[in-house]
Amino acid sequence: MSGAAWAIGAVLVPLAGATAALVGGARAGRWVGLATAGASAACAGGLASAVLAGGTVRHRVGGWGAPLGIELRADGLSALMLVMVAAVGIAVTVSAAAYFGGAGGGEEQGRRRLLFWPLWLFLWAALDALFLAADVFNVYVTLELVGLSAVGLVALAGDRAALGAAARYLVLALLGSLAYLLGVGLLYAGLGTLDAGGIRAALGPGLLATAAGALVLGGLALKAALFPLHGWLPPAHAGAPAPVSAALSALVVKAAFYLLVRFTREILPGAALPRAEVLLGALGAAGIVWGSLQALRQDRLKGVVAYSTVAQLGYLFLFFPLARDAGAATALSGAGLFALAHALAKAALFLASGAILKALPSDRLDGLAGLGSRMPLTAAAVAVASVSILALPPSGGFAGKWLLLSTAFATGRWGWAVPMLLGGVLAAGYSFRVLERAIASTPGDAPPVRAPLAMELSALALALAAFAVGLVPWAPLRLLGAGGALAGVAP
Amino acid sequence: MTSAHLFAFSGVALLGAGLLGVLAHRHLVRRVVGLNLAGSGVFLVIVALARRSDPPDPVPHALVLTGLVVGLSATALALALAVRLHRETGAARVPEEDGP
Repeated sequence: MSGAAWAIGAVLVPLAGATAALVGGARAGRWVGLATAGASAACAGGLASAVLAGGTVRHRVGGWGAPLGIELRADGLSALMLVMVAAVGIAVTVSAAAYFGGAGGGEEQGRRRLLFWPLWLFLWAALDALFLAADVFNVYVTLELVGLSAVGLVALAGDRAALGAAARYLVLALLGSLAYLLGVGLLYAGLGTLDAGGIRAALGPGLLATAAGALVLGGLALKAALFPLHGWLPPAHAGAPAPVSAALSALVVKAAFYLLVRFTREILPGAALPRAEVLLGALGAAGIVWGSLQALRQDRLKGVVAYSTVAQLGYLFLFFPLARDAGAATALSGAGLFALAHALAKAALFLASGAILKALPSDRLDGLAGLGSRMPLTAAAVAVASVSILALPPSGGFAGKWLLLSTAFATGRWGWAVPMLLGGVLAAGYSFRVLERAIASTPGDAPPVRAPLAMELSALALALAAFAVGLVPWAPLRLLGAGGALAGVAP
Repeated sequence: MTSAHLFAFSGVALLGAGLLGVLAHRHLVRRVVGLNLAGSGVFLVIVALARRSDPPDPVPHALVLTGLVVGLSATALALALAVRLHRETGAARVPEEDGP
């Protein structure tokens, strides 16, 4: 199969699976989900190998090109994101099949089982389409598809907290999209094209670039939960069912970050928004500190993990100031590895907390004593994933952070290393609060209910994958560099 | 002042009124109304910008049509959420800033 066929499959297969799950009902959902996850991941893998072999893959859907048609484009960065979605997606699907599995649980659990599979597979299709979109209006449509399915998933738990979090998330996501859409409308009015490459060629510095750029970047920063626009994230991510939290925290926030990278590096001219990179970096640094401090104050595992996402996203935003001038290639490699490792480790932690919630009455940190002897697989998953979140060598988190740090030193921007190092210390603080209770405490009684083995194993597999990224960092980096990862940047 | 200007300025005014509604109210239905107003303002601006050429450029109209569909779906989802919130809590209010 050609690269284009894999790209089409990466969108169509989960879309078809979502529809089948909706029509098939609760009984079929789980099997449709597992089969779709396997096939979608195969498409992502096929596309990645096509990009590795032949560079950027382009396809005009239905033969209609820019400006009116929909064009799919997969370069190294897109392919890496698709592989990230596939890896996390398979683990989330396996875990969810056990989490929502079984016949019991009453009417409420049956409703969740019915609705989870179509929403999750729609989210998968929307993410794949977003990472493949080649024009800025398709980005708007896919952003909305991602947002609407994510809001549906947040509301799935159905209790007061989850519904409130979903309502807040929806309002803020729509505000972000409106800002983005207005920016895109201005760009089209000024330039007469929506194609990313066309905009780059036509847009010079000036009022249009500044106004449209500010609207687009502001809208995306809201969706990426950049400090201080992060308030919607912790309740939404901590309140959702565990497989949903994993998908949101690992994948959905990365979509907005990915678009910010595309816009700042590829689409908007550098002079359009002077100091925008510095502002993004400074807010990211504030996010590292604030998110970590809040994570230290949480008394439930899912709360710690959700605030840790605010902090870890902050590191990604340091990409923008570091990627100016000479630092572009190393900073992109660092951010790519960090995003991949964070997605794997964060999903592992949320899936592990899902397993804990199945076996224990709550995920309060006080109740985790003796987890190591009661649920050894889950405790191992939490420990290995924390190693990557803490960026200890040789984990994937370390490889990404190391590249970002060395960019800061190599380009003489020492100031940006400070929040990274401080964030590492704070991350040690909140991770050890969890690990100390989970591993070092005296063994408690065996839990009365055993967590499904599939949930424990999927969390452990993701944690090991996050660790392995640090052992073979050249594999993702080779993919990232294939086909010229970003215009003018070759890692 | 041409009619295109009139549309564009009305669009900006609607956008402002809608944003004010979203920020000033905690009731989910009021916020949804605000979002729809703001959305209509954005659509009006985009359509007005298309009027600058003769004949008007059709692409912005296609964008706005897509945006309307998205807005309708989002509104439906938001109203469904409002109904559920009302059933669970007795009021369809968006909660204040608080931790998980």
